[in-house]
Amino acid sequence: MSRYFTDEHEWVEVEGDTATVGITDYAQEQLGDIVFIEVPEVGTELEQGDDAAVVESVKAASDVYAAVSGEVIEVNEALEDEPGLVNSSAEEDGWFFRLTLSDKDELADLMDEKAYKAFVDDL
Amino acid sequence: MSETTENLQQLPLGDWHRALGARMVPFAGYEMPVQYEGVMAEHIWTRTEAGLFDVSHMGQLQLTGEGAADALERITPGNLSALAAGKIRYTLLLAQDGGILDDLMVTNAGDHLYLVVNGATKHDDIAYMQSQLPDGLTLNHLTDAALLALQGPKASEALAKLNIQPLQAGWPLPTNLYFMEAGPFLWNDIPLGISRSGYTGEDGFEISVPAEHAVALATALTELEEVRPIGLGARDSLRLEAGLPLYGHDMNPDILPVEANLSFALSKARREEGNFAGAERVLAQYPDTAATKRVGLFVDGRQPIREGATVIDDTGATIGTVTSGGFSPTLQRPIAMAYVPMDLSQTGTAITVEQRGKKIACTVADMPFVPHHYHRKPKS
Repeated sequence: MSRYFTDEHEWVEVEGDTATVGITDYAQEQLGDIVFIEVPEVGTELEQGDDAAVVESVKAASDVYAAVSGEVIEVNEALEDEPGLVNSSAEEDGWFFRLTLSDKDELADLMDEKAYKAFVDDL
Repeated sequence: MSETTENLQQLPLGDWHRALGARMVPFAGYEMPVQYEGVMAEHIWTRTEAGLFDVSHMGQLQLTGEGAADALERITPGNLSALAAGKIRYTLLLAQDGGILDDLMVTNAGDHLYLVVNGATKHDDIAYMQSQLPDGLTLNHLTDAALLALQGPKASEALAKLNIQPLQAGWPLPTNLYFMEAGPFLWNDIPLGISRSGYTGEDGFEISVPAEHAVALATALTELEEVRPIGLGARDSLRLEAGLPLYGHDMNPDILPVEANLSFALSKARREEGNFAGAERVLAQYPDTAATKRVGLFVDGRQPIREGATVIDDTGATIGTVTSGGFSPTLQRPIAMAYVPMDLSQTGTAITVEQRGKKIACTVADMPFVPHHYHRKPKS
């Protein structure tokens, strides 16, 4: 099991062919109080870079792009009633959706935890 | 906003905000605090305690000279010549075609008029006023003054602790002012202009203070247990709940006062005189013949709709626009303001909004969404 990160502040946890996607703690901190999350429907085929989800804070809406390509197989239904999970537990309970990876080579473009930490420290 | 950080001007309280941990953003050409502990917490604090807002980006102007009120009436629809000393009026700066160039507060300060205009429009406002006002008048931009707003149910109780005295013995204390009244005061020999007004729907004050004393005053206020500093993020969600329009979003030069649902700013005497900029066009819509109207919307579900989302009809054609929208921390649901066709502007009318290809059901709602709690003068 390994975790990857993007420069758009998403994390991707890969286990076999399945990836779980969410936004990082840094991202939730920047967004502030999250009041709604629009996740993709199960069955959606996402291409890397597609609009995958929308995070709504009190003030603004932010797009979440698909970090990797694949078919959405599960969404975090707890976010519907409790979007604040993303504030309290962005990198665990506040995951957004799971997908079946269609191109594992895409993972090579992503950062590991150490590289992401250095990236954030530089911001 | 696409402003670059290099060109941003610093306000008197810039370092003070940063020291308190504010997140600073570009706004109206300045670096301004958008939030401290978080928009939701700051919003709720202001509704239950008292919040201190730095609104020093706004333009504070002094208009001096014989006939100042009459002259300003040529470009505003407010009954300014009838404004008694110490009273404030909300009015609109109108273009020659009646379009709204800005909204502003005008105070009769006795020997001059004191105006507060929006930060993003102040330089254009000044240029327009100078082009329209007679030579005998002087328009002075008070660039060496900061402006603080203290807002919330405990604002008055907090301000009372500062031992602020009226400029002249026998005049009322700031906490004796009623809503839309103002006066000159002294705090530790520092002159303050205080008005009982604001942009949150709560009771509260706006305090003009010389820039070099702004840090001392902001510190003295936030040291009170009732008062916390509040950023622009909560200022926006508070004014939205209060149903108060924001210039550049809910009003612009293409919009006339009646369609903006601001007919209350067209005072009766001025409507009868009809002698302000664009009066013919403005009054042609009065009282209710505009094609569209700014209304409040309750949004079904939990997802906020935002500025720029479109109001559509049954065929999917665009018939209106959302001009402000967000999540109401008080009501715990999304709310918005939109321009809709007049025949769909009645409270309770079902409206469909399209955002990012998704249709969202809304209902026209009375504004304010959250009741105002102004300290109004009792009717005698």
